[in-house]
Amino acid sequence: MTWVFWGIILVFAGWVIWTYNGLVALKNQLQNAWKQIDVQLKRRYDLIPNLVETVKGYMKHEQDTLQKVVDARSKAMASTGIKESAEAESALSQSLGKIFLLMENYPELKANQNVLQLQEELTTTENQIAFSRQYYNDLVMRFNMKQEVFPSNMIASFFRFQPGEFFDVADAEKIAPRVNLTLPA
Amino acid sequence: MIFFLLVGLSVDFVYFGAFTPGGPRFPIATVSALMFALTLTLTAFGFGGNLILGAVGAEGLDIKIPEHRELHNVVTEMALASGCPMPKVHVVYDPAPNAFATGRDEKSSAICVTTGLLALLDREETQGVVAHEMAHIKNRDTLVMMLVSVLLGGVALLSDWAQRSFLRSRHGRRDGGNLILVIPALLLIMLSPLISRMLAMAVSRQREYLADATAVEFTRNPLALAKGLEKLRDANMPFQKASRGTAHLFIVSPFHRGVDERDGKLADLLGTHPPINRRILLLYQMAGLRPGSQEFRDSSAQTAPLAAR
Repeated sequence: MTWVFWGIILVFAGWVIWTYNGLVALKNQLQNAWKQIDVQLKRRYDLIPNLVETVKGYMKHEQDTLQKVVDARSKAMASTGIKESAEAESALSQSLGKIFLLMENYPELKANQNVLQLQEELTTTENQIAFSRQYYNDLVMRFNMKQEVFPSNMIASFFRFQPGEFFDVADAEKIAPRVNLTLPA
Repeated sequence: MIFFLLVGLSVDFVYFGAFTPGGPRFPIATVSALMFALTLTLTAFGFGGNLILGAVGAEGLDIKIPEHRELHNVVTEMALASGCPMPKVHVVYDPAPNAFATGRDEKSSAICVTTGLLALLDREETQGVVAHEMAHIKNRDTLVMMLVSVLLGGVALLSDWAQRSFLRSRHGRRDGGNLILVIPALLLIMLSPLISRMLAMAVSRQREYLADATAVEFTRNPLALAKGLEKLRDANMPFQKASRGTAHLFIVSPFHRGVDERDGKLADLLGTHPPINRRILLLYQMAGLRPGSQEFRDSSAQTAPLAAR
């Protein structure tokens, strides 16, 4: 009879270990995904000056929009803190979108190979930023779900896991909540 | 795999008389054929990715060509969205629009796209197709189909064994009353390779639906993939260099479809891919558009007869 008892203890211990390791793995993937977003953002900083230089000659009437892009980029590079940099990056994305829209009015621009190449590079950078954020949010969802679902919620609360925070860019109207992304060490 | 097993069984039966009362008890040829076939299958699984790429004539990307650069960027985006490491990207210079993914796991995967597809689909639709291929890699469909083919071989082996043991037992017995039970059982055993083949094809089709859904999970854009599939369906160009074993890896079936495509039951049961119209329908439903509604008619260029199943 005692080996049945020890067998049950062993199975239970195995389940605890397996669930704990799953939670730890998700937490680490989450931290990695968060850092990967920064990698994508840095790429964009390097590409923007090239774009502005290339289109400045053609888009003579859009100087102030171009200047807005340059300013937004400087602001984004200088911003510190998660909330501030998220807002600055969002402003930069918006101003870039305006430039792309305006480029539609200049057919000579569309014939220029350099411009097309740059546009593709910027498009893919924007997409990569978006997909990195999407992947991060998906990981946050899975991590939080695992902490709330029974029976792994018992393990999560026992080992004091904290839920992850979704990546959220504050709107102008919304009062930005304090985004606390400190994950337990 | 089945071929080797049947060869092994024939050798056993004819040369060694394995299953008759006079011969050896241990079917040596069958077991060695089984071992050989298993080794072959596992080798194909492990290294087959490169073999397939060689067979279709896949080449590396030329980054000077804008479309190739765009493809590389799209694959990077999908690798980020799925969380997989970046696969190797290849191109096939072929007008038939198609794409496939190979590799035994995430780390040694490759995606291959034909130039026909690059020319036909725009960036958004190519993204949907690439997401579908990344989904195959993420869901480990090459592993799944290898296991299914191994099981297929096992079923063929068992059914043949059972048939021969029936024949053996009838030499000794002359029991008329048993015959009524024997005939359906024998029929079932003889049909079991066919039935298991249909099941394997059913697995392949369900994995295709799963890959479509996972692709939407990556891109969050079901309409792009739907429009891409519509364009691929209308192009209707078979890809010459695909074989039956590799067909399940492609996004649309590489074999020639009949001009007046009837959604016949038998054709569907033995197909590696689900009917493409049904795949498109499901994607439109994921986008929240009901067929028959005005938005659906606006969005879809041509709604071919849809098999409601």
